Amino acid sequence: MSFFDRLFGRKNSAESAKERLQLVLIHDRTDLTPAELDSLKDDLIAAISRHVEIDAKSMQIGVEHDGRSQRLVADIPIKSAPRRRARKTK
Amino acid sequence: MPAQVITITSGKGGVGKTTAVANLAVALASNGSKVVCIDGDIGLRNLDVILGLENRIVYDIVDVIEGRCRLKQAMIRDKKLPNLYLIPAAQTRDKNAVSPSDMTRLIKELRAGYDFVLIDSPAGIERGFRNAIAAADRVLVITNPEVSAVRDADRVIGILEAEEKGPAALIINRLNPNLVKKHDMLSADDVLDLLAVELIGIVPEDENVIIGSNRGAPVAHDTKSKAGQAFRNIARRLQGETVPFLDLESQGSLWERLQRLTGRK
Repeated sequence: MSFFDRLFGRKNSAESAKERLQLVLIHDRTDLTPAELDSLKDDLIAAISRHVEIDAKSMQIGVEHDGRSQRLVADIPIKSAPRRRARKTK
Repeated sequence: MPAQVITITSGKGGVGKTTAVANLAVALASNGSKVVCIDGDIGLRNLDVILGLENRIVYDIVDVIEGRCRLKQAMIRDKKLPNLYLIPAAQTRDKNAVSPSDMTRLIKELRAGYDFVLIDSPAGIERGFRNAIAAADRVLVITNPEVSAVRDADRVIGILEAEEKGPAALIINRLNPNLVKKHDMLSADDVLDLLAVELIGIVPEDENVIIGSNRGAPVAHDTKSKAGQAFRNIARRLQGETVPFLDLESQGSLWERLQRLTGRK
């Protein structure tokens, strides 16, 4: 990496290799493309919304790895019940 | 004790499988083990030239499997190490001349008389690879610190797990400490982070490897070469010893080198 790369804040090449590989390996290991992950996310929103009101906009879903095993991690904020009730009574 | 059967594979071609097999075989044999190495790359025979034994081949592995000779007749004894043998690949046939059960039968015959059987796998994940891992007790996956090699290594490690041939151990080959220091090459830690497998050796890039191949004398013979040292260390680990990993950051300052020389660091 040259002095100028560092000066202009460009990422060093080993770092980009590692980041790119992290993403590629997740997809290789799970056979899940980003598009499939998106459609999975839509299905999840639909299923959960039938039971509880969620904040679909701030929902996060991704694949994390722990050693050689992958897990699907979803962070789904639920809208608070008192606020929902208050809205209904209005 | 029956032989340990070890296959070296990589997924990607050109990362150093054959060189690693030749060097580990030499290192194990120099350290007193009885070793047979098998070239599993039918049709693209190479282990013979790396070991400098290409002029001695009469029979090959397909001749043994098809009953044209006895196993012993296809085993070529090394020029320098009397306890090292090579079973060469056939050059005029393809990988379909051998099946996984042929390999298992052949290796069963070898287990009793030797300490180590090393199998050089062809690149890829097809028939030749399946043949090479069929009888393995242990599989070493070799890679370079480079995106395509790491990705292919990950695929192979996944297949080995699925085939219950795991857990694989990893050799990181051709690591260039200067490039790592400049953050222009994945470090050994990066590769281990990505692949999440056990490490069995790091081999630095070393021009002596090419010189050794040119001469048909693997670099493990050369006591001054760093790559040779790394291969000898891996061999000792295979023999059950605990050997610390090489310090590859030796291009440090003069002061650091002096400190290391005097044993203070």
